[in-house]
Amino acid sequence: MNAAPAARYPIWTGGRDALRAEWTKLCTVPGPGWLLGAVVGLTVAVSAAADAATRCPVGMTCSVDTVRLSLTGIQLGQAVVAILAVLVICNEYSTGMIRVTLAAMPRRPVLLAAKVSTTAGPVLVAGAFAVLGSLVAGLLILPGHGFTAARGFAELSLTHGPTLRAAVGSVLYLGLIAVLGTGIAAMIRDSASSIGLALAVLYVFPILTAFVGNETWHDRIERYTPMAGLNIQATTGLRALAIGPWGGLGVLAVWALTALLAGGLLLRLRDA
Amino acid sequence: MSGALLAARHPDPRPGRVSFAQSLRAEWVKFRTVRGWVIAMIVAVLLTVLLGIFAAGNVNIGCQNGPNAPVLTGRACTPRYPIGPGGEAVTDSYYFVRQPMAGNGSITVRVTSLTGLHGGGNEHAAGQNPLAGMSKGVVPWAKAGLILTSSTKPGAAYAAMMVTGGHGVRMEYDYTHDTAGLPGSVTATSARWLRLTRTGDTITGYDSADGRHWNLVGTAQLSGLPATVQAGMFATSPPYTVSTPGVIGTSNQSGPSQATAVFDDVTLRGSWPAGGWAGDNAGSGAASPGTGLGYYRKSGTAVTVSGSGDIAPLVAGPGSAGPTSTFEQPLAGLFIGLIAVMIVGTMFFTVEYRRGLIRTTLAADPRRGRVLAAKAVVAGGVAFVVGLAAAILAISIGLPRQRNQGSYILPVSTLTELRVIVGTAALVALAAVLAVAIGAMLRRSAAAVTAAIVAIVLPFLLAVTVLPASAGAWLLRLTPAAGFAIEQSIPNYVQAPAVFSPAQGNYPLSPWVGFAVLCAWVAAALAGAYILLRRRDA
Repeated sequence: MNAAPAARYPIWTGGRDALRAEWTKLCTVPGPGWLLGAVVGLTVAVSAAADAATRCPVGMTCSVDTVRLSLTGIQLGQAVVAILAVLVICNEYSTGMIRVTLAAMPRRPVLLAAKVSTTAGPVLVAGAFAVLGSLVAGLLILPGHGFTAARGFAELSLTHGPTLRAAVGSVLYLGLIAVLGTGIAAMIRDSASSIGLALAVLYVFPILTAFVGNETWHDRIERYTPMAGLNIQATTGLRALAIGPWGGLGVLAVWALTALLAGGLLLRLRDA
Repeated sequence: MSGALLAARHPDPRPGRVSFAQSLRAEWVKFRTVRGWVIAMIVAVLLTVLLGIFAAGNVNIGCQNGPNAPVLTGRACTPRYPIGPGGEAVTDSYYFVRQPMAGNGSITVRVTSLTGLHGGGNEHAAGQNPLAGMSKGVVPWAKAGLILTSSTKPGAAYAAMMVTGGHGVRMEYDYTHDTAGLPGSVTATSARWLRLTRTGDTITGYDSADGRHWNLVGTAQLSGLPATVQAGMFATSPPYTVSTPGVIGTSNQSGPSQATAVFDDVTLRGSWPAGGWAGDNAGSGAASPGTGLGYYRKSGTAVTVSGSGDIAPLVAGPGSAGPTSTFEQPLAGLFIGLIAVMIVGTMFFTVEYRRGLIRTTLAADPRRGRVLAAKAVVAGGVAFVVGLAAAILAISIGLPRQRNQGSYILPVSTLTELRVIVGTAALVALAAVLAVAIGAMLRRSAAAVTAAIVAIVLPFLLAVTVLPASAGAWLLRLTPAAGFAIEQSIPNYVQAPAVFSPAQGNYPLSPWVGFAVLCAWVAAALAGAYILLRRRDA
């Protein structure tokens, strides 16, 4: 702990200690490891199941985006990422640990930055494995179901530009979900409500677009809500998208950073 | 908490012996004294209603009665559809070569060919020959055959034996009933013989592949059929629809189509006073003659009949002629309410573990099963009220709003309306009980809330967005999301050429079967929770 008045030091003082402390906390409980494993396992499992359930019989034209299809598991993987991000914050509140943490590191912004880095970092690594595993599953399953390169379907190879964009973008997407989860958890502090809100934000908008009849609003929802982030997985029919792949990921980034800022602000303004 | 309190009010010499009513009371007190949960329930109702009204309404419907007429909006644009004998909205338009038949009798015919033409989009400009630009091909539900109807007015009672483009021989009556006969399509080498027989109010349909061996396909009871009916040959063909799966959802294009059938060997029995055939557009097609798609021609014994339209129940979606909507459409916001209810349901159990309250609860009533039951009943009961309030408000505000915007709400019986509303409430209640059970099993809020939400919401999400229709249908058969079927007001008719999708309100399972699947999941979760509660220390 710094004995001297905090104002003399730059804002990031103690950042390394905070990082190390957060990393130790993350590594010394079994939960995060299991959750990261679940991110990989569930993502690959759901992706493989979606591949297995889709066929394109000979003689039919199928307008399936094979890359997007083989990354379907991200829809479930993001829920596990949100759990991890929420628990890193909310477990401290439910056990009272947060008071010890803040006594050791009174600078709220540094603490939140350390927390979000130690969460998003491992999530990016797990996300990379999840995405690679999903693509490998697609590579193994889809050609046998009629989705061959000869029929004009995108190859699931990272040398193919749009596939690479979808793969890298999906990993970044999971990282942004971790940031969003951290921000929401810092705002709400209760794990059940935080995770519920995070999942509502992620799942309700895409469902809503299926029901909304008004095209203006349909377009607005696709363009300005976090669901735009999943446009990064699109490799075909980009013109039909309400917002482009990188633009969509940018929209999600704005949501995630806004949530993080709001969480940081509330962390600063409130007593723990 | 409740142990001491209850013991004071109900002195009982045996400690730990509390009645189920007392357990219920204790759990109810716990629920209503947490202000956040009560607020969450109110918010759940409000969000469900607002989101549902927003999603279902907000449609701009405009129409014009002619190229130079003023553009109208709202109620003035509401289409009028004929109502069938069962009270449902129907499509009833076909070309009919008919003559009156007095009393009992029968008509037998051989169909030697069924061909068709269809458009694929908007190539049918006003004033143009509607056949221009059409391509060859018979649409799967193009229908031609024999029909016996009380009148040629739209929505009249009827029974028909027909060959179809892709679904073999069918017997259909009164729009909603459909029975399959001989499979396979009609070609020059495999003709089909069809027969309709009237005996009082009973119409019987037969088919045959050779004209000698006849199979009974089905019987129809058309009560109140007049003594003299119109009978003869018909042809009709529903719009050709191309569905293109998009990134999110499916986009559809449709164009008109025409079916042409060749009949011969017409055999009439009974009393046919007119003695000759007359051909015209029947049903609502009679109101717009001269579309050029319906006609009949005689050459020798052969009769060629050509028509366009459909004789089928009306369903929502791209296959229908105008902006139609279903009774349950304003319930689209239910997902947000479900999430809120499931958060509270999970916390109802997990919070006790976090605060250590569970030890007090179990000290007051050591029987695990009873504690679980009390919590499930309280959470389920509250959720039922939440669901009921949300459903009633959303529908009573949403439907008039949609009507004012010009949407046609497909009529359903009061019993069906009741089933949709009470079913929605029961669905929310079951979701809450599922959340309680998962909370009891996992004991951790975050994991339990996620599991509960993922179990019900994610399958639906995947089915309406990324997954192809067949895979999505399996998710909606097997997962707890099958329970959403209870909201479906218009049955899945095989013979109605709509593009079925959950977003249009169509589920792969029938309402009660889907609901039973959800019930089975909830029962399994409760059993799991009971076993784990008994086996583990608190």
